[in-house]
Amino acid sequence: MASAVAHEEVHEHTHYTTTGLDNRKVAIWAFIGSECMLFMSLISTYLVYKGKSIVGPFPHEAWTSPDGHVFKPILNIPVTTQSTFVLLMSSLVMVLALAAVENRGKPGYAGTLLGNSKLWLAATAALGATFLGYQAFEFTSFVHEGLTIHTNLFGSSFFTLTGFHGAHVTAGVLWLLTLLSIDIKRGLTPKDALLVDICALYWHFVDVVWIAIFTLVYLIK
Amino acid sequence: MNDHAPHADHAHEHPDWKQYKWVALWLTLITVVEVWIYYTSFKDSPYFIPVLLVLSATKFAIVVLMYMHLKYDHKLFKALFTGPLIIAVCTLLALYALLGHQAVPQ
Amino acid sequence: MATTAATPTFAPSTTYGQTGIWSWITTVDHKRIGALYLYTALFFFMFGGLEAGMIRWQLAQPNQHIVSAELYNQLFTMHGTTMIFLAVMPLSAAFFNFLIPLQIGARDVAFPRLNAFSYWIYVLGGIFMTLPIFFNSAPNGGWFGYAPLTTLPFASGLNIDFWVMGLQILGISSLAAAFNFITTIINMRAPGMTLMRMPVFTWMSFVVQFLLVLAFPVITIALVFLLFDRFFGTNFYEIAAGADPLLWQHLFWVFGHPEVYILILPAFGLVSEILPTFSRKPLFGYNVVIYSGMMIGFLGFGVWAHHMFAVGMGATADTVFALTTMLIGIPTGVKIFNWIATMWGGQIRFAAPMKFAIGLIALFTIGGISGVMHSSPPADLQQTDTYFVVAHFHYVLFGGSIMGIFGGIYFYFPKITGRYMSEKLGTWHFWSTFIAMNLTFFPMHFSGMLGMPRRIYTYDAGQGWDTFNLISSVGTLLLILATLIFVFNFLTSRKNGAVAPGDAWGAGTLEWSIPSPPPDYNFAEIPVVTSRYPLWDLKHPERTAGIAHSAPDPMTITDAHATPVHEETGHKTAAELGIPMPFNTVKPAIAALAIVMMFGGLLFMHTGKFAVAMTITIGSACLFVGTLYAWLTSPLE
Repeated sequence: MASAVAHEEVHEHTHYTTTGLDNRKVAIWAFIGSECMLFMSLISTYLVYKGKSIVGPFPHEAWTSPDGHVFKPILNIPVTTQSTFVLLMSSLVMVLALAAVENRGKPGYAGTLLGNSKLWLAATAALGATFLGYQAFEFTSFVHEGLTIHTNLFGSSFFTLTGFHGAHVTAGVLWLLTLLSIDIKRGLTPKDALLVDICALYWHFVDVVWIAIFTLVYLIK
Repeated sequence: MNDHAPHADHAHEHPDWKQYKWVALWLTLITVVEVWIYYTSFKDSPYFIPVLLVLSATKFAIVVLMYMHLKYDHKLFKALFTGPLIIAVCTLLALYALLGHQAVPQ
Repeated sequence: MATTAATPTFAPSTTYGQTGIWSWITTVDHKRIGALYLYTALFFFMFGGLEAGMIRWQLAQPNQHIVSAELYNQLFTMHGTTMIFLAVMPLSAAFFNFLIPLQIGARDVAFPRLNAFSYWIYVLGGIFMTLPIFFNSAPNGGWFGYAPLTTLPFASGLNIDFWVMGLQILGISSLAAAFNFITTIINMRAPGMTLMRMPVFTWMSFVVQFLLVLAFPVITIALVFLLFDRFFGTNFYEIAAGADPLLWQHLFWVFGHPEVYILILPAFGLVSEILPTFSRKPLFGYNVVIYSGMMIGFLGFGVWAHHMFAVGMGATADTVFALTTMLIGIPTGVKIFNWIATMWGGQIRFAAPMKFAIGLIALFTIGGISGVMHSSPPADLQQTDTYFVVAHFHYVLFGGSIMGIFGGIYFYFPKITGRYMSEKLGTWHFWSTFIAMNLTFFPMHFSGMLGMPRRIYTYDAGQGWDTFNLISSVGTLLLILATLIFVFNFLTSRKNGAVAPGDAWGAGTLEWSIPSPPPDYNFAEIPVVTSRYPLWDLKHPERTAGIAHSAPDPMTITDAHATPVHEETGHKTAAELGIPMPFNTVKPAIAALAIVMMFGGLLFMHTGKFAVAMTITIGSACLFVGTLYAWLTSPLE
């Protein structure tokens, strides 16, 4: 696309900004602000309904149903600790991916593992997908053990909250895979760093929401 | 002379790979402590929840300040994040105070 | 594909003054999108007015049965929903769209295609929510949709489904627009325009965008819970499962209270532009007006439970919210004084916009007084759920928002179309509206105090309410006639109005420095601003002698085209000026359609056609993802 090249040169001179920051970065932070309120509403509802389910299963206590069936506490802390760790590590590799793109070609990055943006993008997506795998495992085992989204207040609020979070992770994984495919096709240069940065901000925020959920849902009774 | 994103963003210091490693290490450590105390008798102490909240808030802050490099970025982003965060936290506390009564006895 | 991830390329615009329906469907120009919002919102305003007309016809006399109770429920629900979400908010959006870039000296908003998307999803969502009334299936749970009343056991049928999904769709529109305007206002101001030099309308709009960003996610979740309860059998509002009957109310009003500030602040902004112009002096106490606006925005998140004083939250909660509510009356009241002081000592010109602005001051004050009366829980126990509240909110919403918006329309009509509206018809419109509005809503204070409940479809004679209701209904009829005068004026002035220059009223802000109507690129040369009233600095410096001025900070001038403030009268095309214009595109409209179809598909689950539902919903989701991908990978300009 020869015309595209010519256009890029002509394009450079416009688009003054008041702050010197890119519009898209400003917009993503505004979006993250709205997500704070979104997840606050979900988390508040979960907390408000904690301990108020009339029937079990319950998160941290066993329950015997009226017909004698014994349900053990539903939440599995050891397994969820692993998925939490996976998500935390995904933030690390995300940061490395951004650094690799920003510093492409610079000494210390060119030709090294550190500078391999495809590796780090793929790793982030893979860890994200692993987290989703854990979630899928968790959801199906809960259903198997008798907790569904309609069972009680706990089921409804738990699956909706973690489901929304999982949907956000899924969107993030798709975003990462898109960036990865662009990196494979034509390579991401420092000029593209902003796009990776925006994806990274979204990704870290999703991680941070999970930090809150892990504590408030899993660790606090 | 025109402003384009990469040019303006790099006017600040950047944490480097070594700092990121430390961040990851701290996050892991704090998580280990959180899960550890969950399994000890400390979980029955009245300090359990406050300690857990402080630990999680620390993880939250580390990720936001370092990974999302809010610490190093233009102060506009700090404002864009902190405002909503304050309103979200205050609303959550208010809703809990208003609706979170004693648990229904099982 | 080589350029997809780098900054988009552009080509200079080849046409100026596009015509034809397709050019409107594919437009990404903020001025055209603003015009689309304006026309659509005015249509819905009239539709909502007709719904009000039917309500008042039914209530004109005791024990009438012009409409059934069931239809009455749909009428008052849709009147409220239409007026709030399909009329007033989009009317404000019309002004955000048209005005913000012009006031800050920008050529468009930050994300023009997202802007178009916001409009299309609004119009499609509005149709989605409005059509059902023709099938007797309109939402019927009140505009506030209290659960558990709106859960499936109590509200079977599709009515509430339309409401839940319709609001979700409209929420997407508002949120997308909010991200757009926040970015625009932060990042696209002309050199020298610091935040404290922005026009007040832009400032109030800025606050509103943050209110939108923070409040809409909360109602989104409340609606998600209701949607899930109705479609997927969850228990969020299921009392038998232990749900809290107040959960909906709290979540709704955490959104609902900031929502009312979303409704009023743009009108406050418009009035703050009109008053200085027709008093020929700067706004009195600009800083205070701005800080008050910010305070209202912030405090607005701390008062919501004053809508719930009668539910039994307990003395502590009642007291806290009573105090915060009284507190928020202060910044609001402060603005009234600033406006009065702006007029004081000015050379007043009572043009039509000025009449409406002054009308707002008078009528909003009345509404504010009844509002303060509500802030006391003991007093509110008598007032709540009576017509006293209906009086209050119509004084602030009609007497406030609508009067301000009408004023804004008269004021900005010349800028948008290049012609003035008829001043004579405007005067008739103003006085008939002012009188009719008071005739309609003032009696409601009395019928409310005498105990007339809200939302009843008939009432028995002899309770002392009859005369007041009759007067209100007569007033409503007059209001409809008054509005018709306005519609006539609006439509005929487009062709027959006196031609207006760029500086149609002798105002002081940047939008008046370009031709009426503006060229597609807005400013041929982005001006450098040195005070709050850049055009007065140029043309009436005696008016701005007393306000702060500064030499522009050389660090902020990075665009080679920036020049001192000047009036632009030439009509060169963007191509001649070398200004890149964005491409027209239909993708935002298609993306909007896909989303509406996704929600619409779900509806079929409640008619027993599960397979149809899944096909439509999943198919539309794929269409959405595909369109989004095409949108994100194609260049803007």
